[in-house]
Amino acid sequence: MYSATEKALIASIWEKVTPHTEQWGGEALERLFAVFPQTKIYFKHVDTSPGSAAIRSHGDKVMKAIGSAAGDLDNMLTTLSSLSNLHAYNLMVDPVNFKLLSHCILVVLANHLPSEFTPEAHLAFDKFLASVAAILSQKYR
Amino acid sequence: MVHWTDEERQAISSTWAEINVEEVGHQALARVLVVYPWTQRYFSTFGNVSNATAIAGNPKVRAHGKRVLDALGDAITHLDNVKATYAKLSQLHSEKLHVDPENFRLLGETLIISLAAQFGAVFTPDIQAAWQKLLAVVTAALSKQYY
Repeated sequence: MYSATEKALIASIWEKVTPHTEQWGGEALERLFAVFPQTKIYFKHVDTSPGSAAIRSHGDKVMKAIGSAAGDLDNMLTTLSSLSNLHAYNLMVDPVNFKLLSHCILVVLANHLPSEFTPEAHLAFDKFLASVAAILSQKYR
Repeated sequence: MVHWTDEERQAISSTWAEINVEEVGHQALARVLVVYPWTQRYFSTFGNVSNATAIAGNPKVRAHGKRVLDALGDAITHLDNVKATYAKLSQLHSEKLHVDPENFRLLGETLIISLAAQFGAVFTPDIQAAWQKLLAVVTAALSKQYY
C-alpha cells in the first residue's frame, strides 16, 4: 500500500511535527472550526475560542495518536483499534468530519513545512490520513 | 446571491494582491495531478503527466495553472455575481471537457494548500475560511450549467 519512498516521506515529515504536536494540533482544530463551524457541535462542552488551552490539549492528543499510527504503518489497525471503538460507539463523529480535519492537517503541514511538503509528500500524507479515517469509521456499522 | 462580509472581501483581496499567480496556479494543478492521479486522464494532450517530476517540468501544466488562476481573478473581480461570470466556463467544462464537478472541489483543496505553503503565518484560519468560501462559490458556479 505504501511504497518505501512514501513511508520515508511520512516518517521524515512526522519527525518535524513531533516537537509541535500541541501547537500545530491546536491550529488544525482552530482551522477546522473557522472553516467548518458545524464541527463545533462535537465540542459543546469545551472552550473552542482561538488559542484555548482545551483545544491545544485536544489537538496535541489527536496529533500524538496520528503519530503513533505513522510510526507503525503496517500495523495501523492494531494501533488505532481502541480509538476506532471510541469513535464508533461513544463519540459517533459523522465520518465526513474526518475528511475535513485531514484537510486542515494538510494545510497546517503546508503552512509550516512549505519546502518539505512537496506534491509527493502531500500524496503520501493524503493516503495516510485517508487510511486513518477509514480505520476510525470501520466499526460504525 | 452570496453574502460577503467586509472582512471576507478584505481577506480575499489582500491575499490576491500578493499571490504569484503563475506559481500558485502551477502548484495547485501539479498537486491535483500528483495526489489524485486519475485526474491525469483529463490532460492527455499535455504530453507527459505521468509522474511528479514530469508534471513539475511540464510547460503546458504551468500554462494551464496560470489560466485557471486568471479565471479565479475574474471571480474575485465579480464577487457579487460569480454565477453569471462563469456561465460560459461552466458550459465549456460540462459540454466539451466533461469534467466531473468533484474535480473542482479537489483543485479547490490543493489551491488552499498551495496558498498555505506560499503565505505561512499570514494565512490565518479566518483568511483560510474566506478563501474556502470563495472556492465553494466558484465550484457551485462551475457546476451550475451541468443540468
